[in-house]
Amino acid sequence: MIGSLATLLLFQLTGVILVRLTGVPLPGPVLGMILLFAALLLRGSTPDIFSRSSRGLLAHLSLLFVPAGVGIITHLHRVADEWLALTITLIASTALCLVVTAFTLRALTARREP
Amino acid sequence: MNPFTQVWVYLEESPLLWLAVTVGVYWLTQQLYRLSGHFALLNPVLVSVAVLVCVLAATGTPYHVYFDGAQFIHFLLGPATVALAVPLVRQARELRRLWLPITVALLAGSTTAVVSALAIGWTLGLTPETLLSMLPKSATTPIAMGVADKIGGLPSLTAVLVIVTGIIGAVIGIPLLRALGVRDPVALGFAMGVSAHGVGTARAFEHNDQAGAYSGLGMGLNGALTAIIIPPIVWLFGF
Repeated sequence: MIGSLATLLLFQLTGVILVRLTGVPLPGPVLGMILLFAALLLRGSTPDIFSRSSRGLLAHLSLLFVPAGVGIITHLHRVADEWLALTITLIASTALCLVVTAFTLRALTARREP
Repeated sequence: MNPFTQVWVYLEESPLLWLAVTVGVYWLTQQLYRLSGHFALLNPVLVSVAVLVCVLAATGTPYHVYFDGAQFIHFLLGPATVALAVPLVRQARELRRLWLPITVALLAGSTTAVVSALAIGWTLGLTPETLLSMLPKSATTPIAMGVADKIGGLPSLTAVLVIVTGIIGAVIGIPLLRALGVRDPVALGFAMGVSAHGVGTARAFEHNDQAGAYSGLGMGLNGALTAIIIPPIVWLFGF
């Protein structure tokens, strides 16, 4: 458990440092994810305990977005003026993106199935 | 000063209060979501944020005081993002077969997210400042804030719009795609990640592990692509 957390933090740290040094347009943790993906592929297998603790953390991923979401309180006045147009735009644009992505992927993979 | 006020004054200064309240409220909303049979509008992130905003407003607590406690939860987003590699490695073999469809779907979805927000928002008369802050809404927060800053939006407003977009995607994504006949966890998950970043990914993991893995992939790829395509799109439309 502690070993797993140390590993995750170490990859995050490496990602953050590399982003600072190279200026790649990615957040440090996302680069850390790519590095861990590469490391696990090279290693050939994921240690069981590491796999279990990572999944434990991901099982509660939703909770981790709550503090940032509450930040909407600092923009209530601005959001209040345009709330209807904002809501319609966000919902319509998100729905379009969902449908276009899913249908493009499905159309291109369906042909390859036996 | 009565004893109750004394305790309140003490708690207000300690990070424990808002940490405990955040986890407690989330736990309750999760129970409610389960009891309702996973009714989409009772999404735990949506309900937790709504409840906490009301509690902060009712107690007159400023956001920075709240965040002093809640930051311990917020901080775990970093290691959790790194951990997304673990379910993805299990898909490595299939990923090698799917790289071309994934690249095309990413380009189509990412462009749709930006151009449709620009077109719809402009038609509905959003102010240029709000519109520019909204464009990177489907990218993960740190990327979105960086892009907004570069094109003349307000990064802190972008952070809020990104989370709201994530919540919208988490609420409507799976019901919408299933209603349209999409059952494949790869297409379902990837679409959730491209359009609703981490919040969508959290929801995809609740659906199943494979959907979660592809959602994490979609989130990472779309973050990078959004940073690349937004500046030329903004230039093209003359903002």
